[in-house]
Amino acid sequence: MRFDDEPVPGFQLPILPGHTSPGRLERVLRAGRFAVTAEIAPPDSADPNEVYLRARIFDGYVDAINATDGSGANCHMSSVGVCSLLTREGYATIMQVSCRDKNRIAIQGDVLGGAAMGVANVLCLTGDGVQAGDQPEAKPVFDLDCMSLLETVRMMRDDGHLRSGRRLTYTPKLFLGGAANPFVPPYEFRPERLAKKVAAGAQFVQTQYCYDIDMLRRYMQRVRDLGLHEQVFILVGVGPLASANAARWIRAHVPGVHIPDEIIDRLAGAEKPRLEGRKICVELIQQIREIEGVHGVHVMAYRQEEAVAEIIDASGVLEGRVPWHPHRDTQTEQQRAAS
Amino acid sequence: MYAVRRWSVRHARGLEIFYDLFERALLFLEPLIRRVGYERLERPVAWLERKSKGFLFDCQMCGQCALSRTGMSCPMNCPKQLRNGPCGGVRPNGMCEVKPDMRCVWVEAWSGSSRMKEGATIHIVDRPVDLTLKGKSSWLREVRSKTERDRQARQAEQGQAA
Repeated sequence: MRFDDEPVPGFQLPILPGHTSPGRLERVLRAGRFAVTAEIAPPDSADPNEVYLRARIFDGYVDAINATDGSGANCHMSSVGVCSLLTREGYATIMQVSCRDKNRIAIQGDVLGGAAMGVANVLCLTGDGVQAGDQPEAKPVFDLDCMSLLETVRMMRDDGHLRSGRRLTYTPKLFLGGAANPFVPPYEFRPERLAKKVAAGAQFVQTQYCYDIDMLRRYMQRVRDLGLHEQVFILVGVGPLASANAARWIRAHVPGVHIPDEIIDRLAGAEKPRLEGRKICVELIQQIREIEGVHGVHVMAYRQEEAVAEIIDASGVLEGRVPWHPHRDTQTEQQRAAS
Repeated sequence: MYAVRRWSVRHARGLEIFYDLFERALLFLEPLIRRVGYERLERPVAWLERKSKGFLFDCQMCGQCALSRTGMSCPMNCPKQLRNGPCGGVRPNGMCEVKPDMRCVWVEAWSGSSRMKEGATIHIVDRPVDLTLKGKSSWLREVRSKTERDRQARQAEQGQAA
């Protein structure tokens, strides 16, 4: 899809009527397209080029890039840092904000800073506990939770003031997101919890990894019964598994990931488990796409980021459209595309 | 104590009834409380609250009690102190991500609130914790603000009538 006002790196898109952000992601979703987002692996490095290289492998396949905020409670380059680099190039970013490491003073400051740099999407998260990460001796903050964080950012955007009541001279124009995990208990509470997030201000949600399509279908049935699929854009999380052992490790060690035995058996029985993992991922995306009320996928290909392009390609969900990237409209790229 | 805490969730409906009566009694006694003085009563009442709610709910004295909205499962026992529902890390058996030997306080909250008459209040988005209230009595605070609200409502009604 091509807009007649494509971004110039460093400049913001106009905000269309009915939109709250100047971002591409909101435009794609509100235009009714099936959106694709992906997670960038933030480097353990102070070199900006590492960020650019990691973003570049998604070029042409994703509508926005999630910059994680110490995911799994592991320390990497900050989401604010990654976003500041990517927005300079014009990339659409989803700045993840976790409540684990910062209190409300720091978070509100980061939201203002992020929006000023050109971040159009913010994903409000509680965050994994510090025990899961590389520095379990750290102090967990959790001053806000994901729900009050959503409400805080919405307050800044719509009411134009900080939690303290102090006015903002220019409000952050943001598309607000949250996370959802349909695959862990209490299962009946999960759709209700999504309703609560919508009430708190969520305009889109990205889910935890989906490996159990039946469970997702049941969840979505309830979501549709509540009418939530018309109030919030739902992007389902997917990702390729490298091997049966990797899958078992993730199931045991990464909080909140549910992988059914059938998936692990299939990987264990495969001759080339890595390829099989990608095949499973493609099949899941195609099945997810058929579910009514799902508006996109969020690809988290940890340590297999190079596979995102081929997975999205094979799934066919982009239907031939090429999401904008900094090199798409240059002459050489157009020639390449034409040839 | 963990076992007592879980008992309280199983008996959320009974505790809800008790709380309702208790609140009415406190509201009835409000003129007396006011005469003795909220400030003077703060320490003894907070002590009583700490002891009784500490025993029943492992109360952490956040000073802004949410028990009526959380199925009598104290959210301050959540290692992330979430006030608005379970995180995405709950284990398949319903145990906590951070403390594998403890049931998720929000799994408990969900089961407790489903027993309560006013259980649907679990869907209300709760404000972030106000740390300046920590250690203070939430009973006195509740009685004071409720009396104040009622008084204002009455005044508004009289204003309309006049």
